[in-house]
Amino acid sequence: MRDANTSSKADQPRSGPGFNRRDFLKGSGAAVAAGAVATAVEESLAQETKTPKNVVPAKPVAVKLDINGKSQTVTVEPRVTLLDVLRNDLSLTGAKEVCTTTNCGACTVIIDGKPAYACAKLAVECQGKKITTVEGLGDGKDVDAVVKCFVKHDATQCGFCTPGFVVATRAFLNANPKAGLEEIRKGLGGNICRCGTYDGVAQAALECAGQKGGK
Amino acid sequence: MAERKFAWPKREENTLIGKDIERIDGVAKSTGQAKYSADINTEGTLFARLLTSPKAAAKVKTIDFEAAKKLPGVKSIFAFKKVGDEIRWEGELLVAVAAERVEQADDAIKEIKIEYEDLPFYVDEADLKRAVHANRSKGLGKKAKGDVEAAIASAHTVHTGFYGVSTISHMCLEPHGSHCEWKGDNLEAHLSTQNVWGSPGQFADALGVDAANVTAISDYEGGGFGSKFAVGEWGIACAKMAKEAGRPVRLMLDRATELKVAGTRPSGYIDVTVAADAQGKIVAWDSIHWGSAGIGGGGVDVNQLPYPFDFPNQSAAQIGIACNTGPNQAWRAPPHPQLCAMTQTALDDLAAKMKIDSYSFFQKNLDFVQHGKAPVYAAEMELAAKAIDWKAKWHPRGEGGGKGPFKRGLGMALHTWGGGAGKSSCIVKVYPDGSVESFVGSQDIGTGTRTIICITMAETFGLPLSAVKVNLGSSKYPQSSGSGGSITVGGVSGAHRRASQTALWKIFDKVAEKYKLESADGLVARGGDILNGKEKVCTWKQACSLLGVAALEVQGGDSVITKGPAGENINDGLTSARVGGVQMVDLSVDTETGKISMHKFVCVQDCGLILDELTARSQVLGALIMGISYSLSEERIMDNKTGRYINADLTNYKLPRIGDVGELVAIMYQPDSEYERGVVGLGEPPVISPGAAISNAVANAIGVRVPVLPLTPKRVLDALKGGKA
Repeated sequence: MRDANTSSKADQPRSGPGFNRRDFLKGSGAAVAAGAVATAVEESLAQETKTPKNVVPAKPVAVKLDINGKSQTVTVEPRVTLLDVLRNDLSLTGAKEVCTTTNCGACTVIIDGKPAYACAKLAVECQGKKITTVEGLGDGKDVDAVVKCFVKHDATQCGFCTPGFVVATRAFLNANPKAGLEEIRKGLGGNICRCGTYDGVAQAALECAGQKGGK
Repeated sequence: MAERKFAWPKREENTLIGKDIERIDGVAKSTGQAKYSADINTEGTLFARLLTSPKAAAKVKTIDFEAAKKLPGVKSIFAFKKVGDEIRWEGELLVAVAAERVEQADDAIKEIKIEYEDLPFYVDEADLKRAVHANRSKGLGKKAKGDVEAAIASAHTVHTGFYGVSTISHMCLEPHGSHCEWKGDNLEAHLSTQNVWGSPGQFADALGVDAANVTAISDYEGGGFGSKFAVGEWGIACAKMAKEAGRPVRLMLDRATELKVAGTRPSGYIDVTVAADAQGKIVAWDSIHWGSAGIGGGGVDVNQLPYPFDFPNQSAAQIGIACNTGPNQAWRAPPHPQLCAMTQTALDDLAAKMKIDSYSFFQKNLDFVQHGKAPVYAAEMELAAKAIDWKAKWHPRGEGGGKGPFKRGLGMALHTWGGGAGKSSCIVKVYPDGSVESFVGSQDIGTGTRTIICITMAETFGLPLSAVKVNLGSSKYPQSSGSGGSITVGGVSGAHRRASQTALWKIFDKVAEKYKLESADGLVARGGDILNGKEKVCTWKQACSLLGVAALEVQGGDSVITKGPAGENINDGLTSARVGGVQMVDLSVDTETGKISMHKFVCVQDCGLILDELTARSQVLGALIMGISYSLSEERIMDNKTGRYINADLTNYKLPRIGDVGELVAIMYQPDSEYERGVVGLGEPPVISPGAAISNAVANAIGVRVPVLPLTPKRVLDALKGGKA
């Protein structure tokens, strides 16, 4: 049911140490990407020692991230995803862990202006980029217009998918400020809600389209 | 003094009740400020991962986690199984590891070595013959009434058909799990649950501690749909690992495990014969159905078939099939969605055979619906038909025309659900400064519990929503039922209205005394003031200052039950039970690809007095989408050869997305007679009809029945080719 028009999120250019696109396509997002990094390390070790071993994790490294306009440094292994760093190291838990396979959008963040699944990004590859999480869209008082429209149209039930949807909507509207209903239905196809809030999300996005107040 | 009675305000006097009220936790949920159990990350929290069984049936021969124990970061290992234990389904939990970091726990899981002795398994729940041959079937009862054989023999038209509803998983986006932290002898468990108040006892029994030492907390919960009443073995493991490590532990199921072990809705397959007289009135129902709820067999309760009808002659028998599959859990309106699809698709085929418009056919047979809802259904059918333009758009089955591959069709179904008030108490506090708060051991599972409590109190005290604070989600608060069966809104709103009215009366008495009024009878609280009739006596704050230095604290509870003339139970009228609802669908089928496109989906739903129409509509719209999901795309797929759940991930377990649901229309049926009934729950009912309504619309479009839900493109194409889907 995934709409072809949503593939832009997954199609973002990827680079980084040891990244292997074929492995990525074969498997599941960052888990595989992480494996690829570890494999690269292992290969280099193997070349040195000539003794085949199981995958050896690389040592933790300092990773400097620009999140919601604030510089944050964490020390993590290169295989650690941006999602795990946000949630477990920085307690920025608005991005949720749901599928870890780039299917549901619950971990959507904005990286250099484009929506991305944080489960499919390694933290190390996000250095030097501007990362916006849902926490960057409102602290409870000064909230993004998207948030206001979500509340008005009750685009939330249990709320677990909502932050991902809010971020995806903000990124989508930034790129398509005058989107109509049909474009919205295609453009927000990268996120899944189980409670069934799609009608509210579509109405919220529609009302928000063309409004000012984005971040 | 006039008698003081618990009652809702007069409908026309409401300023909040029944209006579109925004959810009070909407901003918290939309900005990531709302902390779910999966988000709790107190200092020193360890992260747990699970090793689960790759086998559908086996005996554990050896377990070795010595190597795993020595890995960096590993702080606690918990074995769910010991040597000699049996594994009964793929995904069963074997070992949990808690480590400093998630990736360290992952590394440790990979180092655990387990040897198995394979055992025979069986996972085919659809094929009855095969199940009988494998000795996996068991008769689970029969019900019968009248003379079915004679009625069928003398009927005008008889239809025989096969139908089915596949097993689905709950797919809660926040998986089952918890964050457990010991503070001395006390356990604080943030638990993804729909049963806060019922959780401490479960922990206490398993951990050998006093229930009083356990606090279960669920400030927010990311979807349960009936599957989150138990703490689960994963919850107990989390608490035990936290104890052993002396550190907080967070253990949430990974996605595959969530799908495999945390809950499924049982399947139901049915062979049915249904017969009608020349006028299209049903005279007989005869069915045998089978399915599986997991290793225990089970399935769809025979006693509720046909649904929701009671025909003059009927017989139904049930067979359960024991499968090596994860256990079932209550799934939103259990097992009504299956009952509805298994009944009302057969009825619609009988109507088509008789060339009677489905609408007329259902209308003729309303005499047989249970619970006295026929007049409500009739009114709701009329409203739904108007909204979907039934008269203009309906055509005989398969005669929708059009030369291209796209065939359009209409279908309908109807449903009922109980949904009375669950047991609930609460404490409402009014402070001398005029502020108000309440405490209740309930939970907000996405249905808007916080909001409807807030509305109830604010309306009663004549205050804005912002002046009232609601505290829920802790087992230390007053008792409240688990949120299942659509009983939460009745339970908590009734208790809060009673407590708030009681508090208000006490304040009125003080106002009458202070301002030397003849009586408090004429006093009302409105717009932040206390009025005597239309005349302002004082402000709310002035009134509350009369309380002195201590807050007024009132406990609210369940209704007092009295006996009616026929010995029936009568409550105070704040809440009621039993709703009806009608759904109609307009869709297209691409007969070349088998793809179904939703155009319009209408639900007309009654639910008594509506506290918040915005969130009530959301419940209905969400249920329609969930219904589209189980009707068109989602199902658990078991591999007969390996016994594995082969699509236990969000890639291959297909849920609809925002562009897949078409136009949705929720019409809340609310004449004054509904308001007068008091509050009735709404969570379950609208998710019941979609399977039958959508399947009927597809049959109307393409001229043949696609017998088994979900109606995937393959099943549609198979049906078009005349094969068995």
